[in-house]
Amino acid sequence: MRIWPIFKKEMRLYFTSPIAYVVAAIFALIAGYFFSSIFAYFTLASMQSMMNPAMARELNVTDSVMRPLFSNISVILLLLMPLVTMRLIAEERRSGTIELLLTYPVRDGAVLAGKYLAALALYALMLALTFLYPGIVVAFARLEWGPVLTGYLGLFLMGATFIAVGLFASSLTENQIVASITTFGVLLLLWTIGWSAEYVGGAWGKLLQHLSILEHNDNFAKGVLDTKDVVYYANFIVLALFLALRSLEARRWKG
Amino acid sequence: MIEVKSLTKNYGTITAIRDVSFSVAPGEIVGFLGPNGAGKSTTMRILACFMPASSGTARIAGRDVFRESLEVRKRIGYCPENVPLYSDLRVAPYLDFVAEVKGLGRTERRRQVAEVMERCLITEVQHRLIGRLSKGYRQRVGLAQAILGDPEVLILDEPTIGLDPKQITEIRSLIRSLAGRHTVILSTHILPEVSVVCDGVVIINKGSIVAQGPIDTLVDQFFPTARVEVEIAAPPAAVLERMRTIAGVVAVQGLAVTDGGGKYLVESARGRDVRREIFELAAQQRWGLLELKRVGTTLEEVFIRIVAGEQVAEEPSA
Repeated sequence: MRIWPIFKKEMRLYFTSPIAYVVAAIFALIAGYFFSSIFAYFTLASMQSMMNPAMARELNVTDSVMRPLFSNISVILLLLMPLVTMRLIAEERRSGTIELLLTYPVRDGAVLAGKYLAALALYALMLALTFLYPGIVVAFARLEWGPVLTGYLGLFLMGATFIAVGLFASSLTENQIVASITTFGVLLLLWTIGWSAEYVGGAWGKLLQHLSILEHNDNFAKGVLDTKDVVYYANFIVLALFLALRSLEARRWKG
Repeated sequence: MIEVKSLTKNYGTITAIRDVSFSVAPGEIVGFLGPNGAGKSTTMRILACFMPASSGTARIAGRDVFRESLEVRKRIGYCPENVPLYSDLRVAPYLDFVAEVKGLGRTERRRQVAEVMERCLITEVQHRLIGRLSKGYRQRVGLAQAILGDPEVLILDEPTIGLDPKQITEIRSLIRSLAGRHTVILSTHILPEVSVVCDGVVIINKGSIVAQGPIDTLVDQFFPTARVEVEIAAPPAAVLERMRTIAGVVAVQGLAVTDGGGKYLVESARGRDVRREIFELAAQQRWGLLELKRVGTTLEEVFIRIVAGEQVAEEPSA
């Protein structure tokens, strides 16, 4: 499997064009803004709690800073990841380079894997930029590392799922805007599908709740590492990548 | 090296190519010729394993392009029409990527990329972004990526389209230099190109093959006569009548005839040169012989005769 050259090429494309820098910079900017306002609010709250011991007992830096930060970052991802993944295959279709790429002696699966891993690597890099924030927190307060680590794992898995969905959407069209809107629509639906669980109720309600991305991400942020959540994301990634592979192979079907 | 048997491709209800069969011997350069939309690119895409045929088979180096696609792709270099390349990559890293995808090791890669850039005359642009290159350089980068890995078969779709005359000559001599080492199939609608570059030719029109073989054979087949163009200042009626009596002359045709004289096309059996007889006739009749020359047959005329002949043949039924 010649995944490595494809991976390198995709990384090169991300970094010789401004895409990677712009995405990472905007992501860091918004995440930083969220962090600083959450942190400032927490500082204010802890000042007030000096007068109110009952409130102080409730206060916990992990719960009050890191958890909201993670949930805010996941919203940024919902908006940003479709833009990172939209070009992966759609642009190759539009520019015709896919014709060359797929006639090299490399399997469709390797092409897909290389592209997926490249987007994942870019995302991991973006996520690494936010390590700064727990670093700042730990300079002033005692941080429980467990929930922070599971929180990051949750974000990583969620991002990995977003990328897989985005890659599939990108494989369906030669139009990047169509790819990104499709990705965003699917992700937003999966995000909010749990909300209707309340009034649907019963087995269907449970199913909807299980499908919800938000539901699974919440556990990680709380510091709960449940195989059910990991399996949820893994299933999603495998399904989306499988569909992307089929859509890439579709041109080989006899017409 | 390339064997194509009754290949057919339908796009929905449209038939792009119908029952196409031809073969190319190892080391040969074959021109794939046809008007725009004749099905050249479709055939090449099937050969390059980009898409399957609806029916029929194609084998390259003895392997089926559909069932043993990966094996075939290891043995071909393909350059599609319009040369799709990554605008955001620089030339040298791009070629390095291609070499790596084709499975070359690190040192071999470095050597071959340098060699190929040298051969295609793109060494001086190796650090430029592909998107900023001129059409001629892009075309050469496209050719360079096809040659990388030294594939047995090269499939080149319109390799000289959109180039200036100097670049065309350069690319042609480059392709010419590939003969023997690679088997090349190249498509074009520029006819002189085929005569200059190719050993054999396959002519396709409206999705079907209408003629194929070495260029000389095709010329003989479609123009079985030798032709002489002559300009004579004398009354046309007499000239026509007299010239038709020359032994070996098959037909005489007036090209631009006025009362005072005119140009005529004299066709005779192949291998029979009637120029001397025409001269002697003119001298004897005291006609003013203004011009007398042999007309060679170009592939262009063959092509036009074939393609036009097809259209004429089709009209009654339509």
